[in-house]
Amino acid sequence: MTAQAKKAEDRPSSTDRIERKVVLRASRSRVWRAIATADEFGAWFRVNLEGVFAEGATVRGRITHPGYEHVMLEMKVERIEPERYFSYRWHPYAIDPAVDYSAEPTTLVEFTLQDTEGGTALTIVESGFDRIPLARRAEAFRMNDQGWAGEIKNIERYVS
Amino acid sequence: MSRSRGAAALKVTEAVPVFAALGDATRLSLLGRLSVEGPASITRLTEGTGVTRQAITRHLYALGDAGLVRNARRGRERVWELNLKRLQEAKRCLDQIAAQWDAAADRLKAFVEEDP
Repeated sequence: MTAQAKKAEDRPSSTDRIERKVVLRASRSRVWRAIATADEFGAWFRVNLEGVFAEGATVRGRITHPGYEHVMLEMKVERIEPERYFSYRWHPYAIDPAVDYSAEPTTLVEFTLQDTEGGTALTIVESGFDRIPLARRAEAFRMNDQGWAGEIKNIERYVS
Repeated sequence: MSRSRGAAALKVTEAVPVFAALGDATRLSLLGRLSVEGPASITRLTEGTGVTRQAITRHLYALGDAGLVRNARRGRERVWELNLKRLQEAKRCLDQIAAQWDAAADRLKAFVEEDP
């Protein structure tokens, strides 16, 4: 493969990846605790997680977000670098309790923390959407259209 | 939600062929090249790919069926170009997932800032 073709393939497609940057007015160790401990993660993400985050561990829990209490969430922790990096894989929009999603591709979620003036800069990246089967994409699209979008506020503040 | 089920269902149907067309490395690579290099002929798009001209042609028609690219005559040759509007529709689906992350980040911000 030539350098030219390789270059085009390496470029992340706009449909494969989500990236968000947020500045939190809190210390890096405080933000780390909120992300890398299962019960604190569950508090703001709205999921009742059972278990402990450890590399290679699978942690499950029921969503506590109104309207989605029937949904079980499963996270497979990939890498933990204390106070700097935390990543896991999951099945995006796995919202039907009657469906076994385990054979489907996962997306990778990565949290990266850096010190910044006045607090901590957090980058959230979710990638791998292009590998998700199209039927599931359609389902996700429907779910999002009727669901979570309604509660979003102050989005502009966080979009980089 | 404010939108009707009917409207949502229609959008799902429209999005499906787009994602099917995108689910292939060669096709994504073709889109990447068209977005960087602009309109190009099949001959040029085949160069350096290690894939046959017939295969590239097939991929371009698959992208064309999904409305992501289209061909036009330019002088004596036929060139393929991006259909930006259709790509933006596909991007909107991902924007909705991104909106969930915005809401989650919003809650995380409140969580750490109110309980230092």
